Amino acid sequence: MKPLLLYNNIEFDLKQPSPWNEKDMLTDLDLDTLFKSMAGKDDVVYEVVKKTISTAMQNDAGTIFHRQEILKDCIANANSLHALYDITVAGLETRKTGWLGVFSRHPSGVVFDSIHTIENFVNILRELRSVADENSSKFNSEGFKRFFGMLQDELTDDYLAEIKEHLNMLQFKDGTLISYNLGKENKGINPQLHAYHAARKNWFQRLFGPKPKFYTFYIHPRDESGARALSDLKNKGINLVADALGKSVDHILHFFIQLQTELAFYIGCLNLYEQLQTMQAVYCFPEAMPSHHRKHSFTNLYDVCLALKMHQKIIGNEMNADDKNLVIITGANQGGKSTFLRSVGVAQLMMQSGMFVPAAFFYANICSALITHFKREEDVEMKSGKLDEELNRMNIIAEHISPNSLLLFNESFAATNELEGSEIAGQVVRALTEKKLKVFFVTHMYAFAQHFYSSAVNHTLFLRAERKEDTSRTFKLIEAKPLETSFGIDVYNKVFVSAGKKY
Amino acid sequence: MNIQNNFESILFPSRLELTTEEPSFFVDTNLNQIVDAVIYLKEEYDLKPFFFTPLIDAEEIIYRQQIMKDLEHVQLLNFIKTFADYMYAVRRELPNAKDHYYEYQKERLILDAINLYCDGIASLSENLKNAELLSNGFLSFREYLNSYISSENFTCLISETKNLLNELSSITYSVLTNDLKVQVIPYNDETDYSEEIENTFEKFKRASDKNYISKFSNEPMNHVEAAILKGVAALYPEIFQSLCDYFAKWQNFRDETIMKFDREIQFYVSYLEYISKIKQAGLLFCYPEVSNTNKEVCNEEGFDLALANKLIKQNEPVVCNNFFLRGKERIIIVSGPNQGGKTTFARMFAQLHYLAVLGLPVSGKKAKLFLFNKLFTHFEKEENLKHMRSKLEDDLIRIHDFLQQATSNSIIIMNEILSSTTLQDAVFLSKKIMQKIDSLDVLCVWVTFIDQLLSFSEKTVSMLSTVMPDNPAVRTFKVERKPADGLAYALSIAEKYRVTYEALKERIQV
Repeated sequence: MKPLLLYNNIEFDLKQPSPWNEKDMLTDLDLDTLFKSMAGKDDVVYEVVKKTISTAMQNDAGTIFHRQEILKDCIANANSLHALYDITVAGLETRKTGWLGVFSRHPSGVVFDSIHTIENFVNILRELRSVADENSSKFNSEGFKRFFGMLQDELTDDYLAEIKEHLNMLQFKDGTLISYNLGKENKGINPQLHAYHAARKNWFQRLFGPKPKFYTFYIHPRDESGARALSDLKNKGINLVADALGKSVDHILHFFIQLQTELAFYIGCLNLYEQLQTMQAVYCFPEAMPSHHRKHSFTNLYDVCLALKMHQKIIGNEMNADDKNLVIITGANQGGKSTFLRSVGVAQLMMQSGMFVPAAFFYANICSALITHFKREEDVEMKSGKLDEELNRMNIIAEHISPNSLLLFNESFAATNELEGSEIAGQVVRALTEKKLKVFFVTHMYAFAQHFYSSAVNHTLFLRAERKEDTSRTFKLIEAKPLETSFGIDVYNKVFVSAGKKY
Repeated sequence: MNIQNNFESILFPSRLELTTEEPSFFVDTNLNQIVDAVIYLKEEYDLKPFFFTPLIDAEEIIYRQQIMKDLEHVQLLNFIKTFADYMYAVRRELPNAKDHYYEYQKERLILDAINLYCDGIASLSENLKNAELLSNGFLSFREYLNSYISSENFTCLISETKNLLNELSSITYSVLTNDLKVQVIPYNDETDYSEEIENTFEKFKRASDKNYISKFSNEPMNHVEAAILKGVAALYPEIFQSLCDYFAKWQNFRDETIMKFDREIQFYVSYLEYISKIKQAGLLFCYPEVSNTNKEVCNEEGFDLALANKLIKQNEPVVCNNFFLRGKERIIIVSGPNQGGKTTFARMFAQLHYLAVLGLPVSGKKAKLFLFNKLFTHFEKEENLKHMRSKLEDDLIRIHDFLQQATSNSIIIMNEILSSTTLQDAVFLSKKIMQKIDSLDVLCVWVTFIDQLLSFSEKTVSMLSTVMPDNPAVRTFKVERKPADGLAYALSIAEKYRVTYEALKERIQV
């Protein structure tokens, strides 16, 4: 019994390790804003979307497609998905009431708690199957068709009745029947509990004739130590059964936990979908291309985190970087370069998680890793100089690069004079691109950008933050060659001169 | 033929009176620490008397050395350890006279104990069959064991034991309890209910580490279990009658000689286990050549076992030392800087000789040692207030005592005696004592600060604790044979303790 809603062949592991650079990636791309919007107040959804998105780069095309199809079903049947999720959560609630409480140190305690818990489970399982019965025709994805089919096949009425039968037997209303071998000191060993129903008792007679070989004795009602000894024997006798029951409870619980985990991803997607709808922001299901291709094209791609923060749709960008493996972005300060870079990163992660992306149209080749190298605030602990710190981060990155990685640089290596910075950046980028990695580089360093422009490398795309004559920003990037100034004076003027005029 | 009849003891080819009192020199020489560490966790074998009783002739020493050499083969050692484990289990299994037992309980305990005994004997005999044994001790023990195992007594014991155990273990019975009613009935092939549960929930199954098996302490049999056992006996009367007959028949099942072997072989095993830890640190052991006529003793790369054992635990290096005596040389005078290994050297000399006469391997690459008759030690001690005597007087009384008892075949070890008097007195007294020792022609190690003894006669040899040539403050713990050269040591020690002129001026601030 596996939900298999995130992968079509294995269960999603919420405890799997995160990529080594998760923290940097989350900070640089402001992903927490996305996670929080997807999760709302549900901590489980938060954990799940955080893990699914930060591990998205490991997914192959099959997984991406598997999830896209399921997500489309979820968007079409949002109410049913919420119902499934709520039932599953209710199943897990039973865990909080009673399972493994005070009595559980002894086998009889484990058995008692198990009976109680499994009784609740039977009801939850029956509800899950009803959802499957009602919805199986409305869902089209392979993932959901398999999942509902599994619930219907496995959780039949007969099966649920079989469980009830066990729960009944485990009350031991007719006594306990335990078999032994003789061990050391002639004490009974290898106790084994057997099903026993008084109604079937006469098989003894059949077997051993009218006078069966029984040896019977009674514990005296006031013999307390005798009663204790008897209950000890019972505890030892049901030890294996307690173990089997306890494990079964854990396994069923795990099924609910797993189901909740896998559904939580889609709940998160639905939450995001609803917010985009409210903002009237566009979305689309992207096409994930094979990783050895260099494909990257989109229209109206926007930074979804920025939109979520501003509660409104924002201006997107378009780009066609097919057959390119280097995109150098130059241009005006506050012209939307960093926002653009972030939107590229977030879209790649969302696509590879199997989600829709915040764009009107989007395709890209699958990348094996997403690595960000953004300039940082000064190192508060004064442990290292800024350039030293940046180069050290680059050093760590170099240890982790895999083929077909996507690297996003934001004003990297600029913590020195432009000439030196350009030289370092140039060397880094040249090496990366020659290794066929995909690099996006936002920079002010004219010498660096110009070098790549003048060497007329075919696989390079140059984007520039646009500036209109009246110095206002459009926040749109255009395909254009690097310019020698970044119009910092505009910003300076805006802040110092126009602010001054106000007063 | 007569070997097998003669086998008595793996320790002594002929009978020897055991000493139960710790020899007087054990504390001075750290031999007490060595023996305590050797027999640690082997208390039940009562091995101390074996370590307190030195051998008196060279043949006995060789008898043990041969056995020890055999046992240094890991395979044989493991065979012996396995056997010891069996016999230990037998002792644990046997019913205790003080305890109360229910019907059929004590009988079963004896049966299980005998089963272990038979298995232990059989496996040892099987294991020794093809073992490459060279020592007379082991060869004659093997003969003995073979004749025991084929004796009618033993073959009968083992077959009765196995038959009865088979019958008992074939019994499966069921207990049906309902409220306070308990019924013992034959088992009727019912299936294990835990399997039925597992089958039902199979579809949810996954790998997991967690289990819900409760652990129960092994409590003594209670009256309910006893009543159930009675019920089982009633279902299978013939088998339980056999058990009672068996119990009556085999009260004394153990062979005295083999039991004695089980104890005595631990003398070797315990010592081998003890030195194996020291060997792992790269230190060497050897079988000494022991003679009761030749006083040209020598040892290469020897060390104080007790100290080595301690240093190895602390991961610190152990310094080894050499010595030799040639021709008329008898007396080693050890002098030099304090904390330089002088006392350790004296202890080592004593340990080497004592362990050699126990027939044990000793520290070092090679050793020729003297088979002494008596070992006397006198190490500086705290004043003995009980006797109301001065320390000097105490020293002299002790020395007088053992000079009276010592013969030319004795060994005398003295460490920093006569320190509680003036140098002039000490020199005078030392010379007097030296004359006595000299005339006794006894082997002697004397740790002293009195230079005048160094070249007392042709019998004396000077050995010095040494320091690093280029840094006199670093002690090497090496004690080497060379004439004393006086002053450098004192200065280096002064520097080490920062009591030179410059150091004191610097330290003392006014």
